[in-house]
Amino acid sequence: MSRISTEQVKHVANLARLAITEQEAEKFTKQLDAIITFAEQLNELDTDNVKPTYHVLDMKNVLREDIPQLGLPQEEVLKNAPEHQDGQFKVPSILGE
Amino acid sequence: MSLFDHKVSDLHELLHKKELKVSDLVDESYKRIAEVDDKVQAFLTLNEEQARQTAKVLDEKLSSGNAEGLLFGMPIGIKDNIVTKGLRTTCASKILENFDPIYDATVVQKLQKAETVTIGKLNMDEFAMGSSNENSHFQKTYNPWNLDRVPGGSSGGSAASVAAGEVLFSLGSDTGGSIRQPAAFCGVVGMKPTYGRVSRFGLVAFASSLDQIGPITRTVEDNAYLLEAISGLDPMDSTSANVDVPNFTKSLTGDVKGLKIAVPKEYLGEGVNESVRQSVLDALKVLEGLGAVWEEVSLPHSKYALATYYLLSSSEASANLARFDGVRYGYRSPNAETLLDLYKNTRAEGFGDEVKRRIMLGTFALSSGYYDAYYKKAQKVRTLIKQDFEKVFEHYDVIIGPTTPTPAFKIGENIDDPMTMYVNDILTIPVNLAGVPGISVPCGFDGGLPLGLQIIGKHFDEACVYRVAHAFEQATDYHTQKPQL
Repeated sequence: MSRISTEQVKHVANLARLAITEQEAEKFTKQLDAIITFAEQLNELDTDNVKPTYHVLDMKNVLREDIPQLGLPQEEVLKNAPEHQDGQFKVPSILGE
Repeated sequence: MSLFDHKVSDLHELLHKKELKVSDLVDESYKRIAEVDDKVQAFLTLNEEQARQTAKVLDEKLSSGNAEGLLFGMPIGIKDNIVTKGLRTTCASKILENFDPIYDATVVQKLQKAETVTIGKLNMDEFAMGSSNENSHFQKTYNPWNLDRVPGGSSGGSAASVAAGEVLFSLGSDTGGSIRQPAAFCGVVGMKPTYGRVSRFGLVAFASSLDQIGPITRTVEDNAYLLEAISGLDPMDSTSANVDVPNFTKSLTGDVKGLKIAVPKEYLGEGVNESVRQSVLDALKVLEGLGAVWEEVSLPHSKYALATYYLLSSSEASANLARFDGVRYGYRSPNAETLLDLYKNTRAEGFGDEVKRRIMLGTFALSSGYYDAYYKKAQKVRTLIKQDFEKVFEHYDVIIGPTTPTPAFKIGENIDDPMTMYVNDILTIPVNLAGVPGISVPCGFDGGLPLGLQIIGKHFDEACVYRVAHAFEQATDYHTQKPQL
């Protein structure tokens, strides 16, 4: 039984904001199916009473003093932008004409 | 004889005796790069003009008696996922092809304080996803010991450049073996420090709960010096640990009498080459001869590490790589009318297949209806893997096994099947999941290809790992052998 269908792969690609072609969807379905099938070996383990590990070190609420500091200069921040105008990042219009 | 056949401490002495200048070291780097980098292809970007300028300034400091610190003037290469202000940083991805960072990573700031000289940026698998450097958007890097073989990955350029004598040492990053595996394949020393030992500020994030920056060097002593220089708490990285940075080189005593070594049976079992197994058994004999004792132990959840790792690292990657959307920096698709198409086409055109595969796997594992079955399950198994290590470390000082199941494989051999490629990291991945430190040191050859011995320690006990690695290195001569290019 396959773990993931081509339709699901297309759905996941959309969630991840990746455009994929029909051909790619088929290829990724096969590959992801193999990886997910392999990953299902974890079901051999009983983990009902096991706590998840989010972080390997025992750290909680790491805080630092709130000291006002200068931010990065605007021209530096915009330097790598593919398009910018009037000190702002520029994207295609979101609202209709 | 290359200047880089000397250790840091020897070069330091030569500099201070005025028998050597910083510009000589920098010349040595660029001369060697000109000679061999068309074959090895370790570098993505060179920093030549700036490096020669820095060398001049440092030489003036040296002649006026103002040179301080052991790493003063030492030429270093930096993996291209560590940001360097004003020096292109690409993560070997089309999506960051022209990215010009506006700040320095904390490790880079620390290197500047130590007054090393940055020679250039090193090739890697795209966004550190891969074990062969074949996933770089720009070029393949070739193993200096055999140009038909991969250098390993993802820090393949970092390991190959050191092995080829192009730099004295380098920085890499390790999420599931990306420092240790290429170090093993290229016959050099590579350390993945304890999670939290080194600041990740300015390391382009792949899997934030696993990533660590670490040094790749020719000798254990140089490795210890370099780690000391880049370690420590950083207010810019809340996961960097507030623990003292010991003087690691002080622990290089050569004394391993009474040291208790655990050898997991899972690390010498099925899938591990006979040559690799034998080299580890021989290494254990060497350490026994020095007074250490070893026993076989079990890390029973080892076989689940690979699946756990791919679920967790891909999930974290899918979130981390969401920032590459063609708006604030990086590549932007010219083929988009709407904002949604701009995101989708930018990412489709900007990322390579392995990166897309992992983003999709991670998105799937985190998606509604699958989160508990995959992501949360893997987090729980991570706990079991971590506990395996904790139990063994109650009774032993270090864990020893091979770094990789085989020596360097051929270019193209594993590229079509993601699963066979992933198996390469089976012995290094558990270390990242547990967050403990691990080093790879040269321990033999198979058909002219180097093999690596992996030494794993307790949390924040890099000192002990270095002590064992150094004692082994001093008792053998593998580290003195150099590839012929």
